[in-house]
Amino acid sequence: MAIAHHADIARLKRTHPEIFTRPLGERLRNWALWLGFALAVGFSLWWIDASPMRVINGLSKLGMLVGLMVPPNPGDGFWDFSYAMLETLAMAFLGTIIAAVVAVPLGFLGAKNIVPNWVFHFTIRRFFDAFRGIDGLVWALIFVSAVGLGPFAGVLAIAVGDMMVLGKLFAEAIENVDKKPVDGVRASGGGGLHVVRLGVLPQVFPVMTSHVLYFFESNVRSATILGIVGAGGIGLQLSDRIRINNWQQAAFIILMILVTVAVIDAISRRIRAKLI
Amino acid sequence: MSAVSPAGSPLAANRQGERIASFEGRYRREQNVRRLWTLGYGALFVLALLASVAVSDFSIPGLVQGLPKAWNYIAGTLPKLSRATLGADLADWFWGLRYWLRLLFETILMGFIGTVLGGVLALALCFAASRNLVTNSAIYFMARRTLEFLRTVPELVFALIFVFAFGLGPFAGVLAIAIHTAGSLGKLFAEVNENVDERPLEGVRAAGGNWPMVMRLGVVPQALPNYASYLLLRLEINVRGASALGIVGAGGIGQELYVAIRQFEYTDISAIMLLLIATTSVIDITCETIRHRLIGHDLTGAD
Repeated sequence: MAIAHHADIARLKRTHPEIFTRPLGERLRNWALWLGFALAVGFSLWWIDASPMRVINGLSKLGMLVGLMVPPNPGDGFWDFSYAMLETLAMAFLGTIIAAVVAVPLGFLGAKNIVPNWVFHFTIRRFFDAFRGIDGLVWALIFVSAVGLGPFAGVLAIAVGDMMVLGKLFAEAIENVDKKPVDGVRASGGGGLHVVRLGVLPQVFPVMTSHVLYFFESNVRSATILGIVGAGGIGLQLSDRIRINNWQQAAFIILMILVTVAVIDAISRRIRAKLI
Repeated sequence: MSAVSPAGSPLAANRQGERIASFEGRYRREQNVRRLWTLGYGALFVLALLASVAVSDFSIPGLVQGLPKAWNYIAGTLPKLSRATLGADLADWFWGLRYWLRLLFETILMGFIGTVLGGVLALALCFAASRNLVTNSAIYFMARRTLEFLRTVPELVFALIFVFAFGLGPFAGVLAIAIHTAGSLGKLFAEVNENVDERPLEGVRAAGGNWPMVMRLGVVPQALPNYASYLLLRLEINVRGASALGIVGAGGIGQELYVAIRQFEYTDISAIMLLLIATTSVIDITCETIRHRLIGHDLTGAD
C-alpha cells in the first residue's frame, strides 16, 4: 500500500512538476532577492564598522554603566526633575493643541470632497508630506536658534512638526464621511458652512479627537528628549547628568520618563476607548 | 366629556400628555447631566491649558514676537538665486553636495540595518508576547514588559548612552535604532500573532509538531505579509529618526545639520533640509507602494 502510494507520488511529480516545485524563474528571482538582501546587510555592517571586538568591548563598558546606574537615585534633584517633567508635559500639551487648532482648517482645505480642485488637492497633500520628512528634534534645533533656549522653542517645534501630519489625517477623516447627512443638510436648504457644521463635523469630531490624543501620547515621548538640544523639559536634565557622568541620577530620570509615559498612555487610552 | 371615557377621549389624551411630559422631563435631566459632564471636562481642559501656559513660558506677546522671528530665520536660510547666474548660485548653495550625499547614504544605511537588526530581535521576542501562543503567564508577562521597556525609553536616550559605551559614530546610532525598533515592532508582531487563524496551529499540533514547529509552520506563514508591511513602515520611520541621531554624535546627516545650525551657515541648513525631505519622500513613496502590494490596505498603530 505504502509502496503504491510512493509510486503514485512519483508519477504525479513527473506529470505535474509545477505543483511540487516553483518555476525556475521564480526560484531564481527569490534567490537573487535574498542574495541582494544579504549583501546589503553585510555592506551596512561593514560601513558602520560593526566588528565583534567592538561589540564585546562596548558591552563590557555598557555593563559597567548599568552597574553605575544601580541604584537609581535622584540625589537632591528630585524637585528639579519633577518641575522639568511638568515642563515636558506642558510642552507636549500646548504643542499638540496648537497643532490641532491649525490642522482643522488645513484638513478641510486638503479634503477632496470639500475643495474638489485636484491641482490644489495634489499640491497641498505633497506639502503635508514634505513636512513629515523632518524629525521633531531638527525642528527643535531650528526653533532654539530662532527664538532662544527654553520650553517655548519646544512648543513651537512640536506644533510645527505635527500640524501638517495632523492636517493630512484630518483631511483623510473628512474624505471618509458618510454622504447622507451632508445631503440631508443640503436638502433642507443648508449652505456650505451649514454642511460643514451640521453634516461633516459631528461625524469627524470623534476621529479627530482620537488622533489628537494619540499625537499627545507620542509628543510626550518626543518632548522628553527635546531638552537635549536646549528646548526645555526633562531632556536637558538627562543629557546634563549623562555629560557629567552622574549615572544614578540619569537612571532615575529614565525611570521617571517610563512611569510618566505609562500613566499618560493609560489615561489617553481610556479617553479614546470612550470616544469611539 | 364625561368621566367615563373610551380611548381617544380627553382622559387618554391627558395620559398621553403626561407621558410626553415625563419623557421630556427625563430627556432634560439627561441633557443636564451631559452638559454638566461636558462643562466639567471643559473646565479641566482649560485648567490644563492654563497650567501649561504658565509652566512653559508661553505667552501671546512671545508668540507674536517669536513667530516672525522664526519665519525670518527660515526665510533667511534660503539663498538668493538670480536667473542670470542660476547654475552658479545652485552650485554655491549645494557646495557640499557630494559630502552630504555620502552622509545621507549613511543615514539610509543606518535606518536599514537598524530596522533589520531590530526586526530580528522583535521576531525572537514576539511569540512569547502573544497571549494565544504561550500558556505560561510569567513568560508572557516578562516578554511584554521587556518590549515595553525597549520602546518607551526614547531612541535618543539609548543613543546618548551607546555613544558613551561604543564610541562616536553610526554604530551607536544603529544599536539605538535597533533596540527601539525591537520594542515597537515586537508589540506589533505580537498583535499580528494574536489575530492568526487557530486551525493551522491545531493542524501542526495534531501532526505532532512541537512549539517551535507550530510557530514556524502555523503562525509565520499567516503573519508574514503583515510582518513585512510593518517592517517597511518602520524603515520609513527609522530613516527619519536616523537623521536626528547625528545631533548626539551617533552618525548620519544630523551631525552636519547640527554644525550648520550652530555656526549659522544659513544656506547650508536649507540645502541639507531639502535633501533630507527629498530622501525621506522617496523612501516613503517606495515603501508605501511595496506595502500596498503586500497587503492592500493601510496599517495603523505604529509609533
